[in-house]
Amino acid sequence: MRTDYDLIVLGAGPAGLTAGIYAARARRSVLVLDTGTIGGQTVLSYHVANYPGVTETSGRALSQAMLQQARAFGCDVKAFAQIAEVDLSAPLKTITLKDGTAFGAPAVILASGGVPRKLGVQGEDRFVGRGISYCATCDGDFFTDRPIAVIGGGNSALEEAVALSRYASSVTIIHEFDHFQAEPWIVAEARANEKISFLMNQRVLGFSGDTQLSAVSSVDKETGFAVETRVDGCFIFIGYVPNSGAFAHQVKLTEYGEIVTDGSLETSLSGVFAAGDVRQKRVRQVTTAVADGTIAALAALEFLSDLAA
Amino acid sequence: MLQTALEHIESEQDFEETLASNENVMICCGRMGPMCLPVYDVMDALTPTYPNVAFRDMAFDEPVGKTIRSLPETAGFAGLPFTVYFKHGKVVAATSSIQTMEQVTTILDEHFGAQD
Repeated sequence: MRTDYDLIVLGAGPAGLTAGIYAARARRSVLVLDTGTIGGQTVLSYHVANYPGVTETSGRALSQAMLQQARAFGCDVKAFAQIAEVDLSAPLKTITLKDGTAFGAPAVILASGGVPRKLGVQGEDRFVGRGISYCATCDGDFFTDRPIAVIGGGNSALEEAVALSRYASSVTIIHEFDHFQAEPWIVAEARANEKISFLMNQRVLGFSGDTQLSAVSSVDKETGFAVETRVDGCFIFIGYVPNSGAFAHQVKLTEYGEIVTDGSLETSLSGVFAAGDVRQKRVRQVTTAVADGTIAALAALEFLSDLAA
Repeated sequence: MLQTALEHIESEQDFEETLASNENVMICCGRMGPMCLPVYDVMDALTPTYPNVAFRDMAFDEPVGKTIRSLPETAGFAGLPFTVYFKHGKVVAATSSIQTMEQVTTILDEHFGAQD
């Protein structure tokens, strides 16, 4: 059995929920589906301090407010949807769940966000929760007075390294290039911190230990010199990859897996739009996701109006 | 206290009674942080599907948190939340850090039986 909507939005992060709010408020029937929890990567932020109009909130609270707003306008929102198939090729696009439930719509917005990038090296999965962490605020205090490493060279890595230095006895920043991508002010702050040292131009080979992490192995990319950094903890902040696998052969992607869109955020397929971190763009923030959701929803509404004309 | 939709375990007595009165129990011991919230949501979403499992949470920093923190099975854990699965009062599985719906259901199905 299939239930049809005017618009289906895949992803319930800020981009998807914003699209839902706009389209539902325009009195279109809208379904927002997410394979995970509501809020996308926003829920991974303890504090959101730069969302205009909101002095300070948590990612969770902001997401829940967006969810309530979307539902108040009549938007159907379903979390933890177990999607079996996404077919965007026909004029009526269909989403089929593993239990056989199907949803159809002439317009779809892909807002599936991103997932944390992994190193893909030996021991990475084994030591998650046993030394490897992706959340400094959550797990920093487990490493009080103990040596840790931070892998990455962007703003998140440097900011978290500075934050973690308040707990750890030492922090070694391991980065793959000989320079940082982070803003100069946070690089300067890290360099001025006596607890922080730097291992640049490294390729991480793996993680080792018995039942808990005890070392990070890496090699200097230029000299081939092998380095073993003895640590009790390692925090990995190496960015995100777009969550576009389900659409890989249906819409045009960049070599990095980002969905290519035009100015109205339409993809290479008519009636299929993309918004938020899953699409090709430079700046990925809650505010830009919200902007994307707005633009994609308005374009989808125009598309639906043209269909009816 | 945690602000979740789950039933909370708030004392050691509560903990003992929950284990004594339920064959299958899943307890997520954490804070209201970004690695914990998705696990609470997963448990809440699974509650109707697994009527044979008692889903509970517990505040990591409250005294009752010691019941989970001091288990031999969580020794060496260094990532919130600590999630422990009990059958007949005995630990059958334990995980540290964030878990997906798929990871949780795999453990539930393996130890408590798959649901349709």
